[in-house]
Amino acid sequence: MITVINLISSWAIPVIFITIPIIGIVKKVPIYESFVEGAKEGFAVSIRIIPYLVAMFTAIKVFQKSGAMEQLVNIISPITSVLNIPKEVVPLALIRPLSGSGALGMLASIFQTYGPDSYIGRLASTIQGSTETTFYVLTVYLGAVNIRKLRHSLFSSLAADIAGFLAAVYIVSRVFG
Amino acid sequence: MINIIWFLMLAVGITAAASQGEIHLITSATIEGANEAVKIAIGLIGIISLWSGMMKIATDAGLMNILAKLMHPIASMLFPEIPKNHPAMGAILLSMSANILGLGNACTPLGIKAIEELQKINPEPESASNSMCTFLAITSSSLTIVPTTIIALRTAANSNNPTEIIGTTIAATLASTTAAVIVDRFLRKFMR
Repeated sequence: MITVINLISSWAIPVIFITIPIIGIVKKVPIYESFVEGAKEGFAVSIRIIPYLVAMFTAIKVFQKSGAMEQLVNIISPITSVLNIPKEVVPLALIRPLSGSGALGMLASIFQTYGPDSYIGRLASTIQGSTETTFYVLTVYLGAVNIRKLRHSLFSSLAADIAGFLAAVYIVSRVFG
Repeated sequence: MINIIWFLMLAVGITAAASQGEIHLITSATIEGANEAVKIAIGLIGIISLWSGMMKIATDAGLMNILAKLMHPIASMLFPEIPKNHPAMGAILLSMSANILGLGNACTPLGIKAIEELQKINPEPESASNSMCTFLAITSSSLTIVPTTIIALRTAANSNNPTEIIGTTIAATLASTTAAVIVDRFLRKFMR
C-alpha cells in the first residue's frame, strides 16, 4: 500500500510536467513564451497576497501566543467531554483551521507523547487528514483576486471543519475503539 | 463577518495576555505573525510562478476546456453559475485533483488559478461569488484521500502501520465535504 502511494506521489508531478508541454507542442503553442508569461502572473499573485497574509497571521499569532488559545480549550472542555471527545485532541482541532504548521507540530508532539498507533494517535491523524487550514485557504485564494468580502464562505468552511472533526471522532471510535 | 473575527482574535488575545501579566508577549507575537506572513508569501513565489507557467501552457493549448468538458456532469450540479465548458471548470478540476492526491505544493497555485478564472465571470468583483464560495467550502473541507504528509509523519514516528488511517480519513473527509456543500447551499440564499 505504502509503496503504491509513494509511487503515485513521486510520479504525478513529473508526468504532468511532461504531458502539458507535449500537448502544447502538438497544439502549436509557443510553450516557452507561454510559460514565462504565466510565471509572470504567478509572481504578481505572490506579492498581492502579502497584505492579506500579514493581517491574518498577526491576529492568529496574537491569539495563540497570548494564552487565549489555551483558555479557549479550558472553556470548551466541559462541552467536548459530554460529547465523548478525548481532551487530548481538542487543541489540535482548534489550531487546525488557523495554522497548518502549528497543527503539524501538534500532531508530531501527540505522536511523541501517545505514539502514532495509540487511539489518540490514530484519532489525531484522522482529524488532521479530514480538515484543512481554512483561514489560510480563504486568505490566500481570495487575496489573490483582491476580494475582501468573504460572504458565507467562512461559515461553510468552518462548518466543514467542525463536521470533519466530529466525523473523525465518531468513525475512529467505531473502527479503532 | 471577517472584520468581527479579526477584531476578536486581537482583542481576546491582548486581554488574555494582560490578565496574565504577560502583555510583553503581544509585541513579539505581532512581529512574528507579520514576518511569518511575508516569509510564506516569498516562499510561494517560486512554486506559484512555476505552476502558473505550466497552467498557462495548458490553457493556451485548450487543455482547460477539455477538462471542463470532462467535468461537466458533476460541475453543472455543484457550480450551476459557471458557463458550459468554461476554463474555470478545468482549473477547478485540476485544483481538486491536486488536493485529492495530496500533492501539497501544487494545491495553492492551482487553487489560486481556479479562483482567478472564477473572478473573470464574477458579476460583483468586490465580493466572493456563489461559485467561489462553493469552491472554497469544498477545498477547505479537505478533499485528501491520500494524506501523504500525515503518513510521512507517522512513518517518522515509527508507526507499525502508517497507512491504517487512510480509511478513517476518507470517511471523515467525505462527511466534511458533504457538510460543506450542504451548508454552502443553505447559506447562499441568506447572505448576499
